[in-house]
Amino acid sequence: MAEPLPTLDVLRRELDAGRVSSLELVEAALARAERLEPRLHAFVGLRGAAASAEAAQADARRGRGEVRSPLDGIPVAVKDNQVLAGEPTTCASRILAGFVSPYEATAVARLRAAGAVVIGRTNLDEFAMGSSTENSAFGATRNPWDLERAPGGSSGGSAAAVAAGVVPVALGSDTGGSIRQPAAFCGVVGLKPTYGRVSRYGLVAFASSLDQVGPFARSAADCARVLQTIAGHDARDSTSIPEPAPACLEALSGDVSGLVLGLPREYFVAEGVDPEVLARVREAVAELERAGAKMREVSLPHTRHAIATYYLIAPAEASSNLARYDGVRYGHRAADAATLGDMYRRTRSEGFGSEVKRRILLGTYVLSAGYYDAYYRKALQVRTLLRRDFERALAACDVLVTPTAPEVAFRLGEKSADPLRMYLSDVYTVSANLAGVPGLSIPCGFAHGMPVGLQLLGRALDEATLLRVADAYQRRTEWHARRPPELA
Amino acid sequence: MARITREEVERIADLARLTLRPEEAERMTGELETILEYVASLEALDTEGVEPTSHAIPLRTPLRDDRVQPGLDPEQAVANAPERDGHAFVVPKVIAEDET
Repeated sequence: MAEPLPTLDVLRRELDAGRVSSLELVEAALARAERLEPRLHAFVGLRGAAASAEAAQADARRGRGEVRSPLDGIPVAVKDNQVLAGEPTTCASRILAGFVSPYEATAVARLRAAGAVVIGRTNLDEFAMGSSTENSAFGATRNPWDLERAPGGSSGGSAAAVAAGVVPVALGSDTGGSIRQPAAFCGVVGLKPTYGRVSRYGLVAFASSLDQVGPFARSAADCARVLQTIAGHDARDSTSIPEPAPACLEALSGDVSGLVLGLPREYFVAEGVDPEVLARVREAVAELERAGAKMREVSLPHTRHAIATYYLIAPAEASSNLARYDGVRYGHRAADAATLGDMYRRTRSEGFGSEVKRRILLGTYVLSAGYYDAYYRKALQVRTLLRRDFERALAACDVLVTPTAPEVAFRLGEKSADPLRMYLSDVYTVSANLAGVPGLSIPCGFAHGMPVGLQLLGRALDEATLLRVADAYQRRTEWHARRPPELA
Repeated sequence: MARITREEVERIADLARLTLRPEEAERMTGELETILEYVASLEALDTEGVEPTSHAIPLRTPLRDDRVQPGLDPEQAVANAPERDGHAFVVPKVIAEDET
């Protein structure tokens, strides 16, 4: 059996009714992953027998009446920048060759403690730096809707695995849009929680003040369930918000009447946005109005400075975080270096790919003497202005509604020769990371035969309202139930 | 005027402990020039007196009790080392022979 798997909610009911076992689900997921892998390349590694053994344990728990949670026995996938104890993590980089993690990421540990079975580690842009998953040292992931197109990135493997029905749920990470943009490109739901909502312990650091772990799923309700499982304070992450996991599922009333949804005008006039994408977003807005929500135009006046701000701050933080890859404690080490300095240089030059080197250079430059104030400090000041934009806009409304990306999935190779053009594809997503607020992308129709994503942005710690609006929309539409044509 | 020169790119690469091949240094110089040109749009924005934001969600540094807690044991800590000697990491000489 290698049919696409339905939503988590449906699978849970099948398990509860005894119509299917966890072992059958996990083996079906593994079989489907293996069958699609030559064309999709969503995975860096599959867990095979280890996953099957965990599924058998889940079945045994069920037999004893000791089901741990609604996720018990459910197959899931994890982006390969979140560590599993005793298993490899690559970040899709040659520099982590041979690394086996001695510990487990908190979000992964919480998902597995709830009984979820990780079937594999998904592909990404190297160290999560990219918007297409083409920067993987192991080769690009392809979009299940059109194998000639990119799945988005950097969490492209997780998005593609969910879209192709390999798993109902996957974890990703989002530093500038790396969950939301691939969710939009692949026609699935992707949630970037509030900064600090989900522990970053065991998430390989890219830009520490922006990174956040979050779920992909096929419905807002499934995303809510996963968020409730992985969120909440963790003493091992000093930036973890000291709040319990939000009760998101209770908020899914299907009712949005009385909610005020803001349309940031700057997001609808941006240069280069596809009119077909805007048309789908406006149709979704009309649907939410029919559901009783009120619309209000708002302004986020510093939006046009967001990409520049992001591409100063994120590389600066990355250049510092990636200093740890030096060939001393783990991963790749260049052979036959004469001195320590030579070993550092050769290890790093051999181990990192072009995009990672570019960002390390950019970050080192903007932090270096003489440029720090002009570039880095300036960007931190503009970050304050962007944060205030959101505070003001979200004082006047409950949720902001925007496109997730200015266009549908682009063709593989289309932007890889032009780094700046690739960066501009994050134009609608980076602000949420800079401001720390939660963001969600849901499918809202098609343009040029490819899925279009609707982005909802909310107040810090108010994922529940985002999920409530998304769920209400999904109760009234069926875009999220569409599947890519079967990958024959 | 160019915002960044090939010499600067090579100096930065050295600071970041990267060695660029000549064609790589050439390409990176062009790409960084384009990116820096783009981000220079921030220069036009008046940020006089605006506090910088380094973390979007203000948090106080949490304190924990000063108690001994189990951490990574030494065997695990060196298990991934490309080269080790007992519980120590082995690295090449810090100073080359001809520099001594």
